[in-house]
Amino acid sequence: MKAPAFDYVKPASVDEALGYLKQYGSGAQVLAGGQSLMAVLNLGLAMPEVLVDITGISGLKDIVVHPDSVRIGALVTHATLQASADVAKYLPLLWQSVPHVAHLAIRNVGTLGGSMALADPAAEYPAVALALKAVITLQGPKGQRQVAADDYFRGLYDTARAEDELLVAVTFPKVKNNQVMVFDELTRRRGDYALCGLAAAFDLQGGKISAARLAYLSMGDTPVLARAAAEALGGKAPTEDTIAAAQAALAQDLAPRGDLHGSAKGKLHWAKVLLARSIRQVGKNV
Amino acid sequence: MSDKRRPISVMVNAERIERPVLVRQHLVDFLREELDLTGSHLGCEHGVCGACQVMVDGQVVRGCLTLAVQTDGKQVQTIEGLSDSGELAPLQEAFFKHNALQCGFCSSGMLITALNIVRHHPDSTREEIRDHISGNFCRCTGYQAIVDAIESVLVKNRATEILGASL
Amino acid sequence: MNARMELPARQQESEAQVKGYIGKSSPRAGSKRLLQGRGAYIDDMRLPRLAHVVFLRSPHAHARIKSMDLGEVLKQPGVIGAFTGAQIAQYCTPWVAVLGHLKGIKSAPQHAVAIDRACWQGEPVAAIVAQTRRQAEDALQFAQVDYEVLPVIVEIEDALKGDYVIHPELGDNICFQRELKTDDFDAAFARADVVVEKTYKFARHTGVTNETRAVLADYQPADHSLTVYHATQAPHMMQDIISRHLNIPESNVRIVCKDVGGSFGIKVHVYPDEMATVALSVMLRRPVKFIADRLESFISDIHAREHIATVRMACTKEGDILGFDLNDLTAIGPYSVYPRTSGIEGNQVVNLTGGPYRHKAYRAQLKVVFTNKNVTCQYRAVGHPIAVALTEGIVDEGARALGMDPAEFRRRNLIADDAYPYTFPSGLKFEKLSHHQCLDKLLKLMDYDNLRAEQAALRKQGVYRGIGLAAMIEVTNPSPAFYGVGGARISAQDGATLRLDPSGMLNVLVSVTEQGQGTEAVFAQVAATIVGVTLENVRVVTGDTAVTPYGGGTWASRGAGIGGEAVLQAGKALKANILAVAAAVLKLDAAQLDIADNAVVDRLTGEQRMPLAEVGRVAYFRPDTLPMDFQSELTVTRHFTPREFGFTFTNGIQASYVEVDPETGFIKLLKHWCVEDCGTVINPMLVDEQLRGGVVQGLGGALFEECLYNEEGQMLNGSMADYLVPMAFEMPDIEIAHVCTPTMTSELGAKGAGEAGTAGAPGAVMNAVNDALQPLGGNVIEQPMTPERVLAALGKL
Repeated sequence: MKAPAFDYVKPASVDEALGYLKQYGSGAQVLAGGQSLMAVLNLGLAMPEVLVDITGISGLKDIVVHPDSVRIGALVTHATLQASADVAKYLPLLWQSVPHVAHLAIRNVGTLGGSMALADPAAEYPAVALALKAVITLQGPKGQRQVAADDYFRGLYDTARAEDELLVAVTFPKVKNNQVMVFDELTRRRGDYALCGLAAAFDLQGGKISAARLAYLSMGDTPVLARAAAEALGGKAPTEDTIAAAQAALAQDLAPRGDLHGSAKGKLHWAKVLLARSIRQVGKNV
Repeated sequence: MSDKRRPISVMVNAERIERPVLVRQHLVDFLREELDLTGSHLGCEHGVCGACQVMVDGQVVRGCLTLAVQTDGKQVQTIEGLSDSGELAPLQEAFFKHNALQCGFCSSGMLITALNIVRHHPDSTREEIRDHISGNFCRCTGYQAIVDAIESVLVKNRATEILGASL
Repeated sequence: MNARMELPARQQESEAQVKGYIGKSSPRAGSKRLLQGRGAYIDDMRLPRLAHVVFLRSPHAHARIKSMDLGEVLKQPGVIGAFTGAQIAQYCTPWVAVLGHLKGIKSAPQHAVAIDRACWQGEPVAAIVAQTRRQAEDALQFAQVDYEVLPVIVEIEDALKGDYVIHPELGDNICFQRELKTDDFDAAFARADVVVEKTYKFARHTGVTNETRAVLADYQPADHSLTVYHATQAPHMMQDIISRHLNIPESNVRIVCKDVGGSFGIKVHVYPDEMATVALSVMLRRPVKFIADRLESFISDIHAREHIATVRMACTKEGDILGFDLNDLTAIGPYSVYPRTSGIEGNQVVNLTGGPYRHKAYRAQLKVVFTNKNVTCQYRAVGHPIAVALTEGIVDEGARALGMDPAEFRRRNLIADDAYPYTFPSGLKFEKLSHHQCLDKLLKLMDYDNLRAEQAALRKQGVYRGIGLAAMIEVTNPSPAFYGVGGARISAQDGATLRLDPSGMLNVLVSVTEQGQGTEAVFAQVAATIVGVTLENVRVVTGDTAVTPYGGGTWASRGAGIGGEAVLQAGKALKANILAVAAAVLKLDAAQLDIADNAVVDRLTGEQRMPLAEVGRVAYFRPDTLPMDFQSELTVTRHFTPREFGFTFTNGIQASYVEVDPETGFIKLLKHWCVEDCGTVINPMLVDEQLRGGVVQGLGGALFEECLYNEEGQMLNGSMADYLVPMAFEMPDIEIAHVCTPTMTSELGAKGAGEAGTAGAPGAVMNAVNDALQPLGGNVIEQPMTPERVLAALGKL
C-alpha cells in the first residue's frame, strides 16, 4: 500500500499556490492536513502528478470574530476549533460537531478547509455549513469570490470550487439568542463515518419553532437540506405531533442510497429518529 | 513518473537529520527504513489503527498519513526517543504492572495517545479514557488493562498534585 | 515420562493457591522492550541483499488464467524478477489438505501461486520481487494477464444446488460431511413435551492481527539450507512442511520466530504466498521478505465462522433437556487449508453442541461446502463460538417456552459437578468439570437477582436492558487425537530443556511459542518454582527449531498445560541433578537437601549450604574435584504428551448485560462477566487478560465483524474503515472470577484458557440482546447483530 510516485511543491503564498494549480490542472492535488488525501494515496485510489502543500501559507490559520459572524481560515485544524472559546460561544453547532470528527491524531492535523473542499457526504462540516448558511470564500486567478453553502455542494465530491481555485476561508453567522443548535450523528463506533447525521438549526419565537434548517449527512451525495420536514415544523411547538408530521414529510426530502453500513430503509429510519431527538432537544430549551 | 526526492531538515528524537527524502514516502516508512527506528509500526497504512502514531511538534499524529517531507523544520518524537528521555516511564511502568499489552504491536501508538491524555486530559474518567484511546486498535487485551494502566497514572498524578498543594 | 503415576492426592481447590510463583500475577519480563518500541518483529529485520516480494492477486473470484506476460514488469526500476505459478511450482510442490480421521474429506491440490486457474479473489497469480516493496508494487500494474471469468459459487446454499462444481474431479462442492445419531434420538424427540427450534446465521469474519502476516526466507545455497524467520505459531510444523514441499532435508531447515504481533490462529496455517516466498529465496539464492499489507490481509488471511445452523432442543414439561438436533451448513473457500483442514471447525460444532447439559439424545448433520470466497480455517476458539451461541440460544428459547428463568433452567440441566468422568453423546469424554460451581459464582458475582429487578424497573420506563448467559465447555490440551491420528505431521507433544548456567541462572528452552499471551513468562514461573530459583534469574527461549526441543507450538490452548508440564518435569529432573552435584561436593545425602532462592539449602532447617553459582562453578570448571565416577548433568530435557483424554476440557460461564435502543437498533454493552475453570492458574493476571481479550474478540464477531461479498465473489469491505473491529469506546469492563479443578493428567494441573473468552462471548451477548427485546417481540438470530438486524427483528424496517 505504498503511494504511487508524485511530485511535491510547497508554495509560500496563495498566489504561488494558484500558479501551480493552473500549471498542473487536474494533475494537481491540494495537500492541507492530508488526513483524507494520504489515505486515498496509500489505498492506491488516486495518482496525482503533484501535491501542492499549502500548509506553509500564512494568513489561512486565523479565526476572526466579526460583529455577526466568525471567519475561519482554511488551515484551521479540528483540534484548534475544538479548543477555541470563540467557536464554542458563537458557533455552537460547529463546535458540537468537532468531537465527532475521526480521532485525536486526525483532528490534530486535519483542517476545516480540507473537509469543506473534499465535501465527503459523510463529513460533519458540510452539513453544519449548510444548516447555518455559511459562506465559502474561494480564491482564484481572478481574485476572491463568496459562495453560499446552498450553492456550494453540487454532487459527490463535487463543489463550486474550480480546479484553479483554493478554498481560503469559511464564514459562519453567529448564533442568535432565539436559536437552538443540535448536532447529532449515529456511528457504529466512536469516530467512524456516520450512518446518518443531522446538523439542525432552529429559530424559536414564542415557544414555537419559527424556522428550521435541517442538514443531513450520510444521506446523499452531498449534505441534504430537509426542506419539507422543516416546513412541517414552521410555526409549531416542539410536540410529539409536530415530530410525527415532520418525520412523515422527511420521506419527500431524503432518498438515500444503501451502502455497506446501512440500507436505504435503515438510513431513512435513522434520519427520522435523529429528527425526533433534535426536536425534543428544542423542547427542553423552550 | 519517476521518484522525486526533496531535502529536509528534521529533528528526530533530538537528533538533527538532514537528507533528501523520497517525496512519496510517509513518515513511518522514513523512520523505519531510513533511520532504522522500527518502534513505530504499520498496522493498516490508512490511518485507522493507530499503530503508527508519533509526535510531531508535540502533537500526536498518524505517521502513515504524514509525508516525511512535511516534517521539514519540525520536531518528531518516536517511541524510542520518548522512552530514552524518560517521559514515558510512568506510563510504561503502569502498562508493565497491569499487563496492558500482549503482543506489543499497538503499544507504541497506544503509549503516545496515553501520554497525550496524561498531559492534556489529566482528569479523565474511565469512560473518557476509553474515548481518548478509541482510535487505537488493540486485538489482544480487550482494552480494559490499558484503561486500568492509564487510570492508575492519572490517579497517582492527581494524588501527587494534591499532596504537593497541601504542603 | 509422565508423572501421573506418582501424583500425590490432591484436594479440590476452590481458590487459586500460590506455590512459589505458581499462582502469582508476576508482570512479564518480556513486555519491557515491547513498551520501549524495541520489539523485534520480522519487518524490523535487516539482512544483506534482502529482496521484497509482492503478489499479483486475482481480481476475480473464479477465473481461468489464459495467458500471462510479465515482460514489462521486468523492465521496471528495482525489479529483480517476476514469476508465474509454473515457475514457482518447480521449487515448491502443491498440497492437498485432507486428514484421515475426517472420513471422506476431500479437496483439490493447491499451488503456492495459481497456475491455470484462480479460485478466489486474492489468490496469488504471480510474484514480483524487487529491491523495495514500493518498487515491487509500482511494477504490479505492468503485468498483463488475460483472464476468462468463470462461474462463481458465493452463497452458501448455491454450493449444494449442483449447478456448478468448483472442482469437477471432486464430483460436488462438499468438502466434508458428517452425521451422527444416538440410538434413542427418535424416541426422545417423540416423547418430548416441548420442542423448540431456531435457525441461526453466523457471518464469516477474520482475525485482523495487528501485525500482518510476515515471513523472511534466507536460503543458503552453499549447503542447501534455509532459515525462515516466520511469524508462525507452529515452527516445527513449518519446518516439516517446507522441508517436504521444497525438497530440503528437514534438519537443513530452521524456523525462527521473532516477536509476533498477534496471531489467534491466523498464523498457524500454511499460506500459499508464504510458501512462494520461501521458494523464491531458494530460486534467487538471497533473502526474500513478504509482509502482507492490510488490504491483502483481508483477502488472503484465513476467514472463519460462516454457518447457517438449525438447532432443535427437546424437553420435558418439568424442564429436563432430553436432547439436541443440529443441522449445520458451513461455507469455506475453494480449498481446504493445509495442513489442519477446513473441516475441523464444523466438526467441532458437531462435537460441542449441547456441551454443558445432561442429555442422551443427539443428532447432528454437518456439511462443509466449497465456495469461491476466501479460504477459511481454524481461528481462535474454532467452532466453539458457533456451538455455544446456538446451544445457549436454544436453551434460552426452551426456558422461555417453559416459562422458566434462564438461570434456573440451566441449573436444572447442567451436568452435575460429581457426575465425572462423563461421556458426551458425541463421544467426547470429560475428565471433571464444575458447571454448577461456576454458575453459582457467576450469579453471585453479577448480583443476578438485583440485575433482574433493575431490568424490570427500567422496562417500565421504556428502557430495554437484557441479561444473557452462556455456559460452555472448551477444548484444551489436545492429544494426538486432534490431528496426529489423521496423518498430520503436527506434534501433540512438547518438550522443555532446562539448563543451569555457571552463574546459577536458569536457561529454559521450550517448543511452545509466544505471540504475546505470556507463554514465556508462564514457563519461567514454573521453572523458577520447581527448581528453586528466583524469577529474575530465569531466561526463556522459544520459537527456534534449531534450539528448542521438538514440539507442537501454540494452538488449541495447549501452551500452559502441555508446555508447562514439560517444564515442570524437566525442572524436577534438573533439581535432582543439581542436588546430586551438591551432595557430592558437600558429601551429604541429596535427600537432606533442597533448593530455595538460588541456593542449595538444608531441607529441614533451610540453612543455605551452597549457592547455585557455586554448583555451576564446580560442575563446569572444577569437575576434577568431584568423585571419579560422577558426571554432572545440569541440562535436562523432558517431554509431555496428553494421553488419557482426547482433549482436556475446561468449562466456564459468561454473562452479558446490555441495553438496546429500540429506536435506533443500537446495542450498548454495559458489562460482561466470565467465570472460568481452567485448572491450575499459573499467572492469574495473564490468564484474566487472555480471557478479556478473548471476550472482546468474540464480541467483535457477535456485533461488528463480517466479511461482505458481492455476487461476483469480491470482498466489499476489506479495509479497516469498512471492516469493523471492536475499539475501546464500545467495549465493556469485564469481570473475571475462577473456579479451580486441576487436571489429573499432569502434575501441574493446568488446563488451557486462551480461547475461552471468545468461545462464550457471542452466545452471552446474543442471549442478552434477545432478552432485552423480549417485551417488544423481537428476536435476532443473525450475527453480527447490527443495528439494522435489530430493527428488522423489531419489525421497524
